[in-house]
Amino acid sequence: MAVTILLAVIILSGFIWGIRLMQSPRTALWGNRLGALSMALAVIWAFLAAGDGGAPGRIPTALVLAGVGAAAGIALGQAVKMIHMPQTVALLNGLGGAASALVAWAAVLAYGGQVEAQIFWATSGIATAAGALTLGGSLIAGTKLQGLAFQRPYQVPGHGYILRLLLLVCGFFIALNMAFQGLFSTSYVPLIALLGLLAGVCMALRIGGADMPIIISLLNSLSGVAAAVTGLAVENLILTGTGALVGVAGLILTRIMCRAMNRSLLVVLTGFTPPARPQVSPETEPPAGVKPPLPVAEAEREREKDSPAAERSGEAGAAPAASREAGEEPAAAPAGAHGEAGEAGGVGEDAAAAPAGETSLSEDRLPALLQEAARVVIVPGYGMAVAQAQQAVRQLVDALEQRGKEVKIAIHPVAGRMPGHMNVLLAEAGIDYEKLLDMDAVNPQFPSADLAIVVGACDVVNPAANTVEGTPISGMPILNAEQAKHVIICNLDENPGYSGVENSLYRQPHVITLWGDAAQTVPRLTTMLQENETPAS
Amino acid sequence: MLFALLIILAASALLGYRVISGVPPLLHTPLMSGMNALSGITVIGAVAVFATVPPEAGAWAAAALVLAMVNVAGGFWVTERMLRMFRGKERESEVEDIPWQ
Repeated sequence: MAVTILLAVIILSGFIWGIRLMQSPRTALWGNRLGALSMALAVIWAFLAAGDGGAPGRIPTALVLAGVGAAAGIALGQAVKMIHMPQTVALLNGLGGAASALVAWAAVLAYGGQVEAQIFWATSGIATAAGALTLGGSLIAGTKLQGLAFQRPYQVPGHGYILRLLLLVCGFFIALNMAFQGLFSTSYVPLIALLGLLAGVCMALRIGGADMPIIISLLNSLSGVAAAVTGLAVENLILTGTGALVGVAGLILTRIMCRAMNRSLLVVLTGFTPPARPQVSPETEPPAGVKPPLPVAEAEREREKDSPAAERSGEAGAAPAASREAGEEPAAAPAGAHGEAGEAGGVGEDAAAAPAGETSLSEDRLPALLQEAARVVIVPGYGMAVAQAQQAVRQLVDALEQRGKEVKIAIHPVAGRMPGHMNVLLAEAGIDYEKLLDMDAVNPQFPSADLAIVVGACDVVNPAANTVEGTPISGMPILNAEQAKHVIICNLDENPGYSGVENSLYRQPHVITLWGDAAQTVPRLTTMLQENETPAS
Repeated sequence: MLFALLIILAASALLGYRVISGVPPLLHTPLMSGMNALSGITVIGAVAVFATVPPEAGAWAAAALVLAMVNVAGGFWVTERMLRMFRGKERESEVEDIPWQ
């Protein structure tokens, strides 16, 4: 007992110290390794402890199984691309949740006959439910993120009630499980698992693209809760403590994400949409009520589009071409494929939209602006990642810095599909992490910036969040790119972002819009910078 | 035992809250995938159950063991890969800062 507690404390301290090292990018790698080492210690200890009272032949089998799992895990971890990190985390999360539920179920099958303690029956039920919920939710979230199906929030009539009913019935069986202590049947547990699974699926189905960071964080937390409760069921200190750590981490991140998106967790989960939604684009507005599954072809295009920045519209293929054709014409003039969207936006905005093309700065000014700017802030959004423009952004950063300009990169907490995703993508492209500033650090810098370059971001720079009441983003903290002296927008088109709120930034006089595929427009900026070198400026 | 379990639960949650809150947004993705790897800790429960239970329950524990190991190994490995990419200006080389130096 004393040894068990001591070991548990050592291993948990290892985990906590590892997280502490993750507080700085300089030591984070070692934090992760310390975590892995502690985990290895915990697993070895588990094998040693089990070896004492184990059935013959079990330990070698367990070693083989563990080896297979580890090899598969490393192979998976090596294969995934950084842009696919959210779905990878979702998948691994689901596996962890499933494992917790299975352990609880196996424990019920094995010890069920002998245990009368209510705590065992309560925790085994809860662990099964939490694990199954994690699995169901993660699988759907992963499917959505991978773009396989259910790209849009998908709901059936009475979705919220079904979810609540599922959870309620699940809770009822957990209570039964505890009350009867497996007296009549152990079969409550599979039933609980099934209900939990369905509830998880139901919960994740109606989560849309931009809400993904929230649901991913929440599922992460749930997998921790599942582990912690499993630990209570099988009386394992390490399991309980580690599960608590993971649960807390997930909750903290969920809270940060909710705040950054101006959503309450309840709203995201129950799918309640704020009443007033002015200036909604028909493309991005999820219609209320029944939503039929998208046909395959449309879903293909949807997957590119369903980003917070709505980088890709329905005309994903045509738009960049149209933008290039537009060539030197004033940038804001809706060309070709944009016509329809432009009109749709104009209905709600007749007064503002009409003179936009004329009052905006023309593209001809771009080279001069780029040359003259001394302080530049780049604002990337998920659209940049969709367009695979990270390298282009890096080249632009390098080109700017070679000319002695100060470059910062502003990262909104929800720029990406999971917390911190954008940082990873930019780090992968080789951009120093010192340049990556979070919202609180960078916002005071916008007023003194000569130039802000927005790449594939819409809602997170939309001033309407501060100025217009009653929209889904009202009150959402944004990056104040509009305060820069000039702003260049490299978005795919002028359609609103995920929130469906028209971006008033596009119409402002100090803003130049460069519609098109960021993988092509950003290199154009770099070229402008390089070709129009003025010797003595 | 229940007492010890609850103490550990509370202490981990509190300490965890403190250290996790200090992780900058820059590193939230690696934090999350690292936490994800930790949630595979259920592997130790799987090992304990698998070693002792009758075969019909053992099959479930075996499945749990494999899934949890995938979770652990995959989680730590992607975190390692991600963190290797975070380099500052002064850290262009492969040499990393060692915390105890």
